[in-house]
Amino acid sequence: MKKIANKLYIALVFIFLYAPIFVLIANSFNESKSRTVWTGFTFDWYVKLFNNEVILKSLGNTLIIAAVAATISTILGTAAAIGIYNMKKITRSLVINITYIPIMNSEMVTGVSLMLLFVALHIDLGYLTLIIAHITFCVPYVILNVLPKLRQMNRNLYDAALDLGCNPWQAFRHVIIPEIMPGIVTGFLMSITYSIDDFVISYFTHGSTSQTLPITIYSMTRRKVSPEVNALSAIIFVVVLVVLLIMNFNDLRRTKPKKKKEAAR
Amino acid sequence: MKKFSLILASALTVSALTFPVSADLPEYSDSVDWEKFKGQGVTINVYNWGEYISVDDGSEESFDTNKAFEELTGIKVNYTNFASNEELYAKLKNGGSSYDIIIPSDYMIARMINEDMLEKLDFSNIPNYETLIMDDFKGMDYDPNNEYSVPYMWGMVGIIYNTTLVDEEDDVYSWDILWNEKYANNILMFSNSRDAFMIAEKYLGYSMNTTDEQELKNAAFALTEQKLLVQAYVMDEIFDKMTGGEAALAPYYAGDAITMMADNPDLAWAVPVEGTNLFVDAMCIPKGAKNKEAAEMYINFMCETMVAVKNCEYIGYSTPQKEVPQYLDPELATNPIAYPDSETLANTEAFIALPNTTTKLIDELWTSILTANETAPWTIPVFLLGCLGLSVGINVFRTMKKKRNGM
Amino acid sequence: MNSKSKYVAVPYLAWMVIFIVVPLALIGVFAFTTTVTCDMEGNMLTDEEIAEYEAYCEEEGIEPEYTERTIFTVQNILDVSKYSSVLINSAWLALIATVICLVIAYPLAYMISRMFYSRQKLALMLVMLPMWMNFLLRTYAWMTLLEKNGLINKFFGLFGIGPFDMINTQGAVVLGMVYNYLPFMILPLYSVMTKIDDRTIEAAQDLGANGLQVIWRVVVPLSMPGVATGITQVFVPSVSTFIISRMLGGGTNMLIGDLIDLQFLGNAYNPNLGAAISLVLMVFIFLCMSITNQLDNEDMEGVLL
Repeated sequence: MKKIANKLYIALVFIFLYAPIFVLIANSFNESKSRTVWTGFTFDWYVKLFNNEVILKSLGNTLIIAAVAATISTILGTAAAIGIYNMKKITRSLVINITYIPIMNSEMVTGVSLMLLFVALHIDLGYLTLIIAHITFCVPYVILNVLPKLRQMNRNLYDAALDLGCNPWQAFRHVIIPEIMPGIVTGFLMSITYSIDDFVISYFTHGSTSQTLPITIYSMTRRKVSPEVNALSAIIFVVVLVVLLIMNFNDLRRTKPKKKKEAAR
Repeated sequence: MKKFSLILASALTVSALTFPVSADLPEYSDSVDWEKFKGQGVTINVYNWGEYISVDDGSEESFDTNKAFEELTGIKVNYTNFASNEELYAKLKNGGSSYDIIIPSDYMIARMINEDMLEKLDFSNIPNYETLIMDDFKGMDYDPNNEYSVPYMWGMVGIIYNTTLVDEEDDVYSWDILWNEKYANNILMFSNSRDAFMIAEKYLGYSMNTTDEQELKNAAFALTEQKLLVQAYVMDEIFDKMTGGEAALAPYYAGDAITMMADNPDLAWAVPVEGTNLFVDAMCIPKGAKNKEAAEMYINFMCETMVAVKNCEYIGYSTPQKEVPQYLDPELATNPIAYPDSETLANTEAFIALPNTTTKLIDELWTSILTANETAPWTIPVFLLGCLGLSVGINVFRTMKKKRNGM
Repeated sequence: MNSKSKYVAVPYLAWMVIFIVVPLALIGVFAFTTTVTCDMEGNMLTDEEIAEYEAYCEEEGIEPEYTERTIFTVQNILDVSKYSSVLINSAWLALIATVICLVIAYPLAYMISRMFYSRQKLALMLVMLPMWMNFLLRTYAWMTLLEKNGLINKFFGLFGIGPFDMINTQGAVVLGMVYNYLPFMILPLYSVMTKIDDRTIEAAQDLGANGLQVIWRVVVPLSMPGVATGITQVFVPSVSTFIISRMLGGGTNMLIGDLIDLQFLGNAYNPNLGAAISLVLMVFIFLCMSITNQLDNEDMEGVLL
């Protein structure tokens, strides 16, 4: 009885989470442009999507900006984490506190503040400002993922590598990097995700030629979202679903033997 | 400004008489060297209202204005939208983005000229202005010396309503109906201050260009009262909502009403007898434009009769061009919504640029209307202090508890 | 590693100062200044003087000339209090949304954390998947569902019930917040609950605790850090959202985010007031966070306040 209630509850929450997404996907196959009237099944919107320059261009912008911003943030953030780790306690907490600000603060305030800065410096809003803004809110995620890995690491490993004849760069490359790699990867993935998904900060820092996908979608929601966007989101949904399933599957395969070992102990 | 509408009315009656020989559309004129910028990789940034240009809608005779311009001239068009004059102003004033073409309305053009935000046009690059624009649209109050703008479209504000949701006995030909409690939660309203204040001012019987503080405050009070009946404050969202039957009544622009009525036959149009706003939207080049000459070519292109006809037919607005009416679909060319009779036109007024102090007052009043819900001014400080107190309190409590446990 | 390697942080420190500290300082500058109109000698003019001067110029047929000057003022900050109802309303709606999120997410996270390992991963994946879809599109899809002629009303219409007014109400705004930020509540709750060892719960049961006592005495205290993180992650974006209220609330339920947008890129351009409101919002958020941090027993290094 209790089990059924549990399952029912979980099912209800998932229905709540997925109802709008199913509406989106269903509408991508709807012949009519109307959102609420179903007139017939069609693949037309998928064909049209690949001819819609505005959507494709903003998708391209989004991906380029995410890739550039995530890469730079990862490098900058990893270096920063190593530096912060070696700072004195007071400087360290000061720097970490400031680093927290973009994460803790409302995105709106971050966006507005960056916009004021760019305008004050007479930098034209465009790709450059978008990338700077995205790096600014991505770096903290990298730092916060790498720092714990550094703390978990055995400090003596590095010294041991030096004693064994490594130069500092080799020691860094072959000892520290492998140790903190999981943190770097997570930070990079989080950066990409947040950058692709960001609307609010981009809204304040984008220029007339550098619209990202969320910005284009925003200007559409003010009139009517064209069904091509529904088609695009259906594609994104399927791609993400497949990627997550593969990751999940790999994860399970890797963890299974470990679990058995634990059980054996 | 009143002069303008009267002259316009006479001009239109004349053109209505000489109508309707719908001939084949003319080709592009050779008024300028269209290929001047070909192969140079020039891009212009065009910033226009939403739904204000002909685009490819998939039908046979559809015409994509920007694409046609790109094909003709080799200049790339980067096209983006704004929703209201005030939004356009904020975007430009804020700085950081550069545009080559903007299409504000009359009063905003005057304000921008005042604030030195517009570039003077070089009319030798826009020969179509001289030959194709009706003389009635030259020397307008907002640009008396014809230096900064080329008219694109004109139109008026009225009420678009859903005949299945509005009672026949109610008078839609009056702004009063937007204050009728029967339609609570069924009214959509402009989300930009100037149009919203115009309606309230006309409802109260004032001029739409009043600078009287008390009158403005009264208008703001009327709008605050109306807020209880308003379902949503919208601009372009109205297309979706009215054609979908989401609301009964909404004030909006005539051209867009024609578009909406084509999509939903239940919709109808009324111009209130108290008078309404007549507007002209014109193409301008803002200061700091990077490709002024290419932008002027774009303006000239928009004035090509063929292009103007296509744009008019797509968006439903009224044209200031001499030759366009004879090529228009006769149904649109004789449509009283787009080309009203002289009596209706005589009852309209144009916006003028208001003094800065009045604009500022309207902005403030508008913000307070949208945020209406009077609370005492001390609530924020008390609220913040409360939060601070709570935070400190918990901290102290916790430290004391720790100490006690420590002992 | 030696103390010299702290210098690799220098590029980031420069970045941090230029793009985090300076912009926030700029907000402060904007919030405490205003632009005034002056005559050509730089003397401030009152509104009456300007009107007088303009009338004079009109008569004489000359162009009025002005200069502008930026001066220090506290007026913007004082003006923010005119809009206190908006801040209170935003905080109130965000609070309701946070509580609803907590109520929905807490049992769900607990149930997920007690599943088989493979099921847990699947369930988590399903929680995260919607976050990959653009939030504007998802919110727009809610419009389709909630409208007067929307899908929910059509569904009820089949049974002859309704139609209900759902769109453009405060309820719809709260729904939008709950929907968009629910995963941010579920994930931190799950991650602390999954660390609670089954044996701890069994031990409590063996010692005679009933189901409710187990939850209240064991699970709740151990999950407090997750609750704190979840509350912050839902409350902060909810309180400052500016699209949800416009799309689902129809602009009649204005929130503080909309108010800021209105001053910068909207219909009432006034960046000084916008900056002042942003400043108040920021102070408010950091105060709120100092409260939720108290829920979190673990002393994290460097967390604010």
